[in-house]
Amino acid sequence: MDLFEYQGKQFFARYGIPTSPGGVADDVEEAVRQADAAGYPAVIKAQVQVGGRGKAGGIKIANNAAEARTYAEAILGMDIKGHLVKRVWVEHSSDIVKEYYASYTLDRNAKKYLLMLSAKGGVDIEEVAATDPEAIVRVHIDPVEGVSRQVLAEAVEASGIDLEARAGVVDLLEKLYLAYVSGDADLAEINPLILNSAGQIHALDAKVTLDDNATYRHPEWAEYAATVEYDGRERLAKEKGLNYIGLSGSVGIIANGAGLAMSTLDVVNQVGGSAANFLDLGGGASADTMSAALEVINTDENVEAVLVNIFGGIVRCDEVAKGILEALSRVELKAPMVIRLDGTNADLAREILAPHISDRLVVEPTMVSAAKRAVELVKKGA
Amino acid sequence: MSIFVDENTRVIVQGLTGGQGRFHGLRNRDYGTQVVAGVTPGKGGTDVEGIPVFDTMEEAVALTGATASFVSVPPRFAGDAVIEAAKAGIAFVVCITEFIPAKDEAYFYNLLRDEYPGTRLLGPNCPGIISPGKCNIGITSGSIALAGGPVGIVSRSGTLTYQAIHELSQQGVGQTTCVGIGGDPVPGTTFIDCLAAFEADPETKAVLMIGEIGGSDEEAAAAFIAEHVNIPVVAYIAGQTAPPGKKMGHAGAIISGSQGTAQAKMDALAAAGVVVAANPTAAGEKMVEIVHKMA
Repeated sequence: MDLFEYQGKQFFARYGIPTSPGGVADDVEEAVRQADAAGYPAVIKAQVQVGGRGKAGGIKIANNAAEARTYAEAILGMDIKGHLVKRVWVEHSSDIVKEYYASYTLDRNAKKYLLMLSAKGGVDIEEVAATDPEAIVRVHIDPVEGVSRQVLAEAVEASGIDLEARAGVVDLLEKLYLAYVSGDADLAEINPLILNSAGQIHALDAKVTLDDNATYRHPEWAEYAATVEYDGRERLAKEKGLNYIGLSGSVGIIANGAGLAMSTLDVVNQVGGSAANFLDLGGGASADTMSAALEVINTDENVEAVLVNIFGGIVRCDEVAKGILEALSRVELKAPMVIRLDGTNADLAREILAPHISDRLVVEPTMVSAAKRAVELVKKGA
Repeated sequence: MSIFVDENTRVIVQGLTGGQGRFHGLRNRDYGTQVVAGVTPGKGGTDVEGIPVFDTMEEAVALTGATASFVSVPPRFAGDAVIEAAKAGIAFVVCITEFIPAKDEAYFYNLLRDEYPGTRLLGPNCPGIISPGKCNIGITSGSIALAGGPVGIVSRSGTLTYQAIHELSQQGVGQTTCVGIGGDPVPGTTFIDCLAAFEADPETKAVLMIGEIGGSDEEAAAAFIAEHVNIPVVAYIAGQTAPPGKKMGHAGAIISGSQGTAQAKMDALAAAGVVVAANPTAAGEKMVEIVHKMA
């Protein structure tokens, strides 16, 4: 789960990481009130989960209430790279002396945690990594051993962070590590991490991704989950307990297993079509799960054909075939369906489906032929 | 021959008394796997269809001489179960549990690497391992696999592993061992571990490898193949059309930034001399062709 900046700052605050006090606003009046409360100059920041907000005009500094109103009006409702701004964060503008960068994440190659630290903050870190890799200090941390203050101090020194900021940055990195590990974050990033004119270090931005698998030990995450933005299809799928991702094509995909579902997307693309979604039924593929999948697919107006791709290992294809027929009797599917079943008892499954074959229900023996057929049906419909 | 397991492998199912553990543990035994014990704290002294259940791994290992374990417990208990198996001296731990927090995974992976180098972990979030006709640990359907080799299979995805096994078996091409390494960010066993083992196995004459988007294990495997693997390798990478930033079901299957795209992986593998196929069916066909040419 990706957090909005204001949530990331709330998350950081729980671990003692200093941030500027401020507040959120969903409308212009509230934004002006928050700016008045924060004191001018106040910065108004669009809350969207996409990089490059500043360049897009989503971050403005207001010197008085009139400016706060003008900027809030401009930013609320703005479209930033396809993300609609529904909320702004308003805080007192910081007196920035220096901008640094700090993050913890998992290095999948090394299978250890990775601290990245740079004296060159405030800009896109991937750009720094590409143009000036030496400017980023990388330290691997063994998850069993953790990280010592000594190691952090050495990293800070190596990064070239200004002398007067070093002790403060070491403190902050200790707290950020705690937030990353105890807070079960996949990513805890501060860019920029600033030194202000009072000599203090604090987080001017917060980019946090939480590990969904750790939700069970963080009841406090419920408030973050409530603000996650799904499209209508994704929300319904989540309610039905399906592993679903909405895409923009015209072939609805239903498969059992994440790998097979991904692979189905690939094959549809290879035969000239495009997938409307990723949908993994999981191991079961029962009538209930299949019905739920059909309901979700039905809500997608772009779908012109549905491709069901099942491999029966332990789950037998004949049971899946019965489940599909049962689901089709419960849910009236808007688009025609192409079914490919292979594996255990696939022959039996094809016998069960045979009497039901029509223009609306097609059975194909292979993934590729099924994908071709689905794409043909889309073209016929168009 | 086979890699990691064989007909002499003696298996303890951790979580045998649970729904999943019981279902798959008994299926594994029916396949012919030596399932010698179960472990569930508090259920020691009972049995599951004749398989004795113990309270601890230490006790179970001491009394049965088991060398492998099959972890089928809920995510919050999985880390402790894996560590307990390693402490008890188990050499091969298969963990099928899905949805384990990444911090737990990173912790027990490193703990095993540092403190219990004699223990190999397969998974978590994997379908397990099958050496057809000898041993099946995990959730793979034994009936689709064909004994006798000469192909070794290694895959990050469960259903695609089954698909690959099926494509080969249908054409009469058998498998030495099929290893599902799992789709999580910190897999205990990697492509490289399996490729090295297959290369060293005299009966494995070719390897079918199924990767997916996310991370760079496939790129690392490509570099390893170029240097150390002489038997032919066919590969398929799932997720060629997956959009960046979306987790495609598996926690590890996500394209972040420029990292982990299918194209980069396919290019790296092709450059290492691997036969790269566009989809699983094509991968199966190419492997069958290679095997037929050998005969």
